Amino acid sequence: MNAIEPTLPRAAEPPLGLILELTHRCPLQCPYCSNPLELARASAELDTAAWCAVMEQGAALGALQVHFTGGEPMARKDLPALVRRAAELGLYSNLITSGVLLDPTSIAVLVAAGIDHIQLSFQDIDAEAGDDVAGLRGAHARKLQAAELIKSSGLPLTLNFVIQRRNAERVPRMLALAEELGAGRVEIAHVQYYGWGLRNRAALLPSRAQLDFTTEVVEAARARLKGRMVIDYVVPDYYARRPKACMGGWARREMVITPTGKAMPCHAADSLPGFAFASVTETSLAEIWNADPAFLRFRGTDWMPEPCQSCDRREIDWGGCRCQAFAMTGDPARTDPACALSPDHALMQAVAFERPETAPPYVYRRIGAAEPAEAPFEAAD
Amino acid sequence: MSATLAEDIIPAFRPGAKFRFDAVRKAWVVLAPERLFVPDEPAVAVLQLVDGKRSLGAIVDDLAARFNAPRPVIAEDVATMLTDLAAKGAIRL
Repeated sequence: MNAIEPTLPRAAEPPLGLILELTHRCPLQCPYCSNPLELARASAELDTAAWCAVMEQGAALGALQVHFTGGEPMARKDLPALVRRAAELGLYSNLITSGVLLDPTSIAVLVAAGIDHIQLSFQDIDAEAGDDVAGLRGAHARKLQAAELIKSSGLPLTLNFVIQRRNAERVPRMLALAEELGAGRVEIAHVQYYGWGLRNRAALLPSRAQLDFTTEVVEAARARLKGRMVIDYVVPDYYARRPKACMGGWARREMVITPTGKAMPCHAADSLPGFAFASVTETSLAEIWNADPAFLRFRGTDWMPEPCQSCDRREIDWGGCRCQAFAMTGDPARTDPACALSPDHALMQAVAFERPETAPPYVYRRIGAAEPAEAPFEAAD
Repeated sequence: MSATLAEDIIPAFRPGAKFRFDAVRKAWVVLAPERLFVPDEPAVAVLQLVDGKRSLGAIVDDLAARFNAPRPVIAEDVATMLTDLAAKGAIRL
């Protein structure tokens, strides 16, 4: 029935969100970090003017939201200036932070700059286990302080809990904390296995029984808290029968900019072979979004192999995840092996089946040689 | 799905939710933490009256005066729409 439709690429819908990875620097060393194994150094990061130009071009292109992430975005001293520019441009600003650099001064500065929402990540509900994941003593206690600071500032608060085999049993307590803190939203997000998470998969992947337990707990809490707290739930792909709509579809909704200015359709796209991602310092966002070969490569459904091409879910999951297809099969254009209809689905099942009974130690995310942690930005305007 | 709500409640956007016109799409949008909605025309008419001061009853009265539909029908539509946006975290009832 699509036969009479022109096969020329249609003009792309504008992006909804800009995901700005301001830096790879972070006081934490979580072994499931979504950053690539090769981390960018501070000296290679875009400067304030370049980030502002990205937001200006993005807003003109139709982006409505900007997500400041990292690394730890609060390690950038110019974060308040970037938040202020986002507010001026009418972009809805979201700070994704570990919270360990948040203090009464910095929260006041961010509020004054016009931040719309803060998402605070937790590694666990148990302080010692959380600090073990973060690789930083006292991190969990600082996060609890950060939650109180965000709450008393009047900003909407989202808590993000990262779930894995060592903490899945504690999801009920995580939800209880979110409720107690009056969070409007909580994410119970199983680790996604890319970058450092893929490197540490054996140390992190939960069992099927653990996954079923967290699903049950989340469903019960959703029913109980409907209208008061939104619960987003993200599952690991290894027990799935259908793939997730990764990023809402390749180059369909979001644009990720790396600390050094590379524009990509997702956080992990750098892992794909044969792609040369354009730099925002050389090419405009509009040109990248509308014409960059890397963005066009898997946009829409024309690129899909069978069984995706004739699948009635092709515009629901948009073919799942290209990075996963590559990580598991060596070919980013293959059907996402998370799908039970994929000829490679057994590869995913084998990983779950071969999951070691005892978790090996974490390989911590480190930025090469240790760099001194930068102090958070000052209050002065 | 239909919903009924007391008419004296005062709906408001939740802290962190924003309702604004997007010049690129030429459409009203609701922006909330990790959420984005493009309300249809009737929903826009309702949301333009959500100011944290008007009661649900007053919103329905206003719409009933402007649109050619029986008040109970409008009341039910408004309640259903606001209940839905409340569940999505954009509105507080």
